[in-house]
Amino acid sequence: MIGNQLIDLYARNISDEKQHSVLNGASSGTDKRYQVLHKDYDDPDAIRKLAASIKDHTLHHLDEYLAKTEQALVSRGVKVHFAATGDDAKQTILDILRGHGVTKLTKSKSMAAEEIHLNPFLIENGIECLESDLGEFIVQLDDDIPSHIVKPIIHKNRREIARTFQREGIAADYNDDPETITRRARVFLREKYMQAEAGITGANFICADSGRMLLVTNEGNSRFGMAPVPVHIALVGIEKIIPREKDLSVFLNLLGRSATGQQLTVYTEFINGPRSANQPDGPEHMHVVFMDNGRSDVLASNCREILRCIRCGACQNVCPVYRQASGHAYRSTYGGPVGAVLSPLLFGDRFPELADLPKASSLCGACNEVCPVDIPIPDLLLRLRDKAHQAHVHSPAAIPMSPFAVLATSPSLWRTAMTMSKAMNHLPIQVAPIKPLQDWLGQRTLPESHGGDFRKWYKTRKKG
Amino acid sequence: MANPTARPLGKRVLLMGTCLCDAFYDDVARATVEILEHFGISVEYPEDQTCCGQPAFNSGEWSASRKVAKHAAEVFAGDLPVIVPSGSCAAMNRHGNLLQFEENPDPAITSLANRTWELIDFIYNGLGIQTWPGKFEQPTRIAFHRSCHSRGTETGKAVRTLLSSIENAEVIPFGQQEQCCGFGGTFSVTFPHISGQMGTLKLDNILDAKPDMLAGIDMSCLMHLSGLATTQGRPVPHKHVIQILRDTLMS
Repeated sequence: MIGNQLIDLYARNISDEKQHSVLNGASSGTDKRYQVLHKDYDDPDAIRKLAASIKDHTLHHLDEYLAKTEQALVSRGVKVHFAATGDDAKQTILDILRGHGVTKLTKSKSMAAEEIHLNPFLIENGIECLESDLGEFIVQLDDDIPSHIVKPIIHKNRREIARTFQREGIAADYNDDPETITRRARVFLREKYMQAEAGITGANFICADSGRMLLVTNEGNSRFGMAPVPVHIALVGIEKIIPREKDLSVFLNLLGRSATGQQLTVYTEFINGPRSANQPDGPEHMHVVFMDNGRSDVLASNCREILRCIRCGACQNVCPVYRQASGHAYRSTYGGPVGAVLSPLLFGDRFPELADLPKASSLCGACNEVCPVDIPIPDLLLRLRDKAHQAHVHSPAAIPMSPFAVLATSPSLWRTAMTMSKAMNHLPIQVAPIKPLQDWLGQRTLPESHGGDFRKWYKTRKKG
Repeated sequence: MANPTARPLGKRVLLMGTCLCDAFYDDVARATVEILEHFGISVEYPEDQTCCGQPAFNSGEWSASRKVAKHAAEVFAGDLPVIVPSGSCAAMNRHGNLLQFEENPDPAITSLANRTWELIDFIYNGLGIQTWPGKFEQPTRIAFHRSCHSRGTETGKAVRTLLSSIENAEVIPFGQQEQCCGFGGTFSVTFPHISGQMGTLKLDNILDAKPDMLAGIDMSCLMHLSGLATTQGRPVPHKHVIQILRDTLMS
């Protein structure tokens, strides 16, 4: 077996069909993002850096902004709850639902809800909970998990989806035409919206100055989910706050372009609070559940920049490792570069088990280059590698570096080793009993050793 | 974390030859000396140099890599510019080291960061040489792999401008240029499958553009790509940019 790192093994065993779906979906995402950003802006980097500084400022004063946001929400008639852990958040939501006598609901896409596995929890507790985002709906039908932040079914193709619809009775026959698939989902979901008694959403942003909440979707499903129900619950990570509504001009311009190559997402909803007297419909009750779930610990760590993340998935699209391995390889809600940083941090007690994730990177830096909030992901991956080493958490295929350090701090030993490396040219090193070397050389031809030749040339040339 | 910006110039420089040139690519280090001397720069190669420390740093063994980095900082102590024919080692000196010493900054490490130049960046921005008086005998299509460690630096622009100015040279575009070659040092050993797939994709993109040669500023990427290409039976001529500059220079 080649290699021991779990993500490499996962990538080796992935089906060609799945791998092609991920590779093509991710690559086209990167291309679209690049085209739209560079078409519209002379210097997209300047906007990324501005967005980063707004997020950093907010995180630096998060205690103040959280209090300010709470106040603004309350003045709009929203009930605000705080949940320290994922379990607290789930229980809070269940209590709210029970308080309103809800037994059926629809839910729009929320990574925070995925993070705490809200759906299965509510279903276990007797509440019918249906995903209304098309991708998430298909994930739910297949009892699968999302493999991408904005494209949860990037790993599937339309033939698989057509088979699922037929199997689950969403459609009477097999039809893999994308428009037909979408229309069939729509017919099925419309019915469910009308039967629901509550709508659950996440939030893309909450503005501290106005207390208004922003939701972006491409399907309008969160609007449908809220229109006919009396109760709206939003589950929101505490890092989603931005100081002012005017900051949205930065973030909305970046989010659509970075996530899907759109100038603006199709639906951008401003939620003012519960239904007011002059509104014809909408929920009379609105609850916002602010969730910490490890975020305060991340804020206190040397990887706090990851909390700038606006969940656009651009780093996943561009990441060569993600493209080969898929999001499922990361064994967590968040895959790809952002997941390799966030997962070991957020799920603190699972750190040893997830400490290999930050190693799944050639540190190529493409993730940082596309990040709309300029998160220095490679630096954070490196800090986490150091953290794992300090905590004596060793991933299986790690190569011990202390012999290297001895060699590289002893100049005469080093020079001898360089000269001796020439012996490799005459030895059948392909059969040397060193597993990683064999594996490496199975795919690659090593150049001929010229160990020490430059030093010799430099010296003799000086003499001459 | 901010990168150092102002870097020294001068007629004397120190050459950080890189461990890959020490072990395999002596001609790249030699071309570096020859070209710099051609411009009247005196090049000193400190004997006691070894490696920048990046293998241990990337592995997360910062206690080990700090020792190697300190050794390098001592070997290259002083005020002279430090020239490196590698974007990767330059990034280690200029950025990686500051990261691993951020809690206990070390003046020698900071000084090395502030004095390090990637070679082509030095020629273009340091020496101000922005066209190259070289010539290929035949029209030559060059695929330039902008290695990842030069992201966010001036190197890519410097290389493209210099190579394009060579008579008979054409720097050709190819698909997905932002993508990594898959090497990543120990990454290629611990993630052999993904690394091999990444390299193969990169090669597919490069070879589709039908180049006469592959050029780069990091021998690590070129070693990986050419090693894969040779094993796959589609060898590709490859050179460090400094070798191309030397070989095409009209005397």
